[in-house]
Amino acid sequence: MNYTERLSNVTVLGAAGKMGSGILLLTAQEMADLSLKPENKGKVFVINAIDVSSEALVGLMRYIRVQAVKAAEKKTVQLRTAYADRPDLIDNSDIIQQYVEDVMLIIRPSIYLEPTYGSTLVFEAIKEDPELKVKILSQIDQNNPKKPWYFTNTSSIPITQLDEKANLGGRIIGFHFYNPPAVQKLVELIKSDHTLPEVEEFALQYAKNLRKVIVPSADFAGFVGNGHFMRDAIHGISEATMLAKEVSLPGAIYMVNKVSQEYLVRPMGIFQLIDYVGVDVCQYIMSVMNPYLPDEDLHSDLLDRMIDLGVKGGQNSDGSQKDGILKYDKGRPVGVFNPDTKQYDMIADFQTACDDMLGVLPSSLQPWKSVAFSPKKENLLQAIFDEEKVMNTLGAELARKYAKRSKEIGLKLVADHVAFSEKDVNTVLLTGFFHAYGPINNYLD
Amino acid sequence: MVAGYNTVSLGTGRKEFHPKKPRPGLDDYIKEAGQGVLQQIGGAKNVDEAVFGNFIGARFNRQANLAAFMPFIDEGLRYKPAVRVEGACASGALALVTGIRSVLAETAEVVLVLGVEVQNSVKAIYGADILAAAGWANERKDGHAYYFPGKFSDRAKAYQEKFGDEKPREAMAQWFVNAIENARLCPTAQEHHNNTEDLWALGMMKPNPRGFVSSLNVFDCSKVSDGASAIAVISEEGLKRIGIPKSEAIEIMGIGQAEDDITQPPDDPTILATTREAVKKAMESAGITKDQLGTVECHDCFTIAGIMATEAIGFAPHGGGAEFILEGNTRRDGKVPFNTTGGLVGWGHPTGATGVHQAITIWEQLTGRAGDSQIPITSERPYGLSINMGGDDKSLVSIVYKRAE
Repeated sequence: MNYTERLSNVTVLGAAGKMGSGILLLTAQEMADLSLKPENKGKVFVINAIDVSSEALVGLMRYIRVQAVKAAEKKTVQLRTAYADRPDLIDNSDIIQQYVEDVMLIIRPSIYLEPTYGSTLVFEAIKEDPELKVKILSQIDQNNPKKPWYFTNTSSIPITQLDEKANLGGRIIGFHFYNPPAVQKLVELIKSDHTLPEVEEFALQYAKNLRKVIVPSADFAGFVGNGHFMRDAIHGISEATMLAKEVSLPGAIYMVNKVSQEYLVRPMGIFQLIDYVGVDVCQYIMSVMNPYLPDEDLHSDLLDRMIDLGVKGGQNSDGSQKDGILKYDKGRPVGVFNPDTKQYDMIADFQTACDDMLGVLPSSLQPWKSVAFSPKKENLLQAIFDEEKVMNTLGAELARKYAKRSKEIGLKLVADHVAFSEKDVNTVLLTGFFHAYGPINNYLD
Repeated sequence: MVAGYNTVSLGTGRKEFHPKKPRPGLDDYIKEAGQGVLQQIGGAKNVDEAVFGNFIGARFNRQANLAAFMPFIDEGLRYKPAVRVEGACASGALALVTGIRSVLAETAEVVLVLGVEVQNSVKAIYGADILAAAGWANERKDGHAYYFPGKFSDRAKAYQEKFGDEKPREAMAQWFVNAIENARLCPTAQEHHNNTEDLWALGMMKPNPRGFVSSLNVFDCSKVSDGASAIAVISEEGLKRIGIPKSEAIEIMGIGQAEDDITQPPDDPTILATTREAVKKAMESAGITKDQLGTVECHDCFTIAGIMATEAIGFAPHGGGAEFILEGNTRRDGKVPFNTTGGLVGWGHPTGATGVHQAITIWEQLTGRAGDSQIPITSERPYGLSINMGGDDKSLVSIVYKRAE
């Protein structure tokens, strides 16, 4: 079976979720592009969008349509060539509309699992629950005579475990997109102990066609991405907990969030990132990873407490941020949840006092956006860290500790053979988390 | 001609431009530019008629019948005659010519000429469809997604194949640099706020045929712009009636118009033959030579068109335009400064307004009211020349001006 045949009947499980919807979009576009090739004219391409929620599937179809329009607008130059044989499509607007229609025609939404039984490739992006994943994958595999290949989007569960428990005989690979899949360049590729070479070969070709950056990871719970993120989060939480002895917990959370964003020139602070991923998702990923880490405790009482109080974060279906540990107004943090009063304390009420504690900002500091895309990025970063290295303020001290810990985590991932190189760790943070620089660096030396 | 008024050329580059925020519409621009002229000529009572230049508001803005906006400018214009003319991107200069003919025919003494276009109403990829109407519709299917950039990319490619890759590329980059440097001096220019240090590097950027066209980069292109420009075309008697001294006006010394067959490709893509013809006619009717030109406003819809314009006027031999530009001749301190407020690349290109904007820039320069953009005008080279082009060198208007005495 060649690449095109493999992609002629595909399923995305959990298609209406935030990861599933992106995977569906990218794959449907890749399939539409294949269908437009002269040698494939007349062939039928199908992608089953399977989700438990009928309502969410309606939202999904709306999302895909909007995104397909955007994608078509970006590649109209190529699409004009692809539709050159259609004399009725003259203006760019005709061509864009036709492409969107062609993408939509490929997609079959369903709340039932049966359509999956005819697929040759199955993307799995359901809840991060090992037992549920094994159950669903087994059920499909027992009913599907085509011996399909499985691409799991798990961010933490070992692939070998899924492979063996679902009895897939190596027809599975970890293909871990980053959120949002349509934007983030990174895909972590994780082989199980038994992954067939042809599955890996196909995965590499598919990633290349989607213009993704592949970083291989060892099959170890959490892989490289969450291996770094979860430990980084634990560090931030523990710093905030310590600071909370001197100021209120919301004040401490605000300060650590500020340091991890502004002083470290990251796209968002650590608590905002936890909210972005979902407080409950973070807690769950830690619980999946923790049993595999005999010499550390990847667990946070603070997250447990927040979740017990119903603080969850995550995103609305339109991609906007839900309130979590932080409260948001137009995407910007304006409050911090106070577990004692079970309410959000407004940042404006304590910001000045906290900022005073952190001390003056380094004069060379610039927001992530101005640094990350600057041709002089290296110089800008070096200037910032040169200042933070010697400044005698609480903010600079927290930033130094944070950067050092982040580097330590990165080096440990290499030492433990989870990541295959320091460069891989940096690539993951650069392309999966949009950082302006990799954690393994010499800025503070 | 007297009493010119330009609105801001709005679009990417201007600080106040935000694609998702509400912006002024056709009516706002018409009113602002129209009133800007009326205030300088003693009000609506002095206007005999109006001419509007607009390319394609019917598609960008779902608005036709623009002549009926004349009374919207000022109630005093109600029931006066007006007409709207169209010749793609040359609509502005065609409006001027229509106004001039009316004055020459003595059917009017004072004509308000106003060019306007609002293009940011759609994304560029759909704007390309609309602007493609300036070409032959039968060719659209085989044309590039970005139709006109495609056309001029083909010209640039042919030019580079004939005269080498390097120098033309550098001349295009230099044209861009000159355009932005000039635009920075003009407060209404779209690139007025441009503070990029290394403009040359942008100009030299390698074209990206996957996302755009094969032989031009985005900096080689004129801007997508919203704006209006207006000026009064007035007879000597009209000036007396209004009480404006002649010295504040510029005189039309010569006009050259030329049309080429829209269904035919250019005989030689490295030459702007229709432009050459129109300029020749204009200079002959003015009775001057190129050496008497103190400034030129040419139709640099793409930087390559700027290079070819220097050849069409006769400043450089065929293939010598790149060298002419790289020697600095067209810079604001050069032998004959071109596009002193930025041209279509720097000031902006609200298509239907461009021809009028060119006339206003020349009026400002020749009468010493160009502010920071002012260049010296000498008695040896007292003339200004404008070239306004519609389509791919199809509809051409060239005008020679001189300060009135």
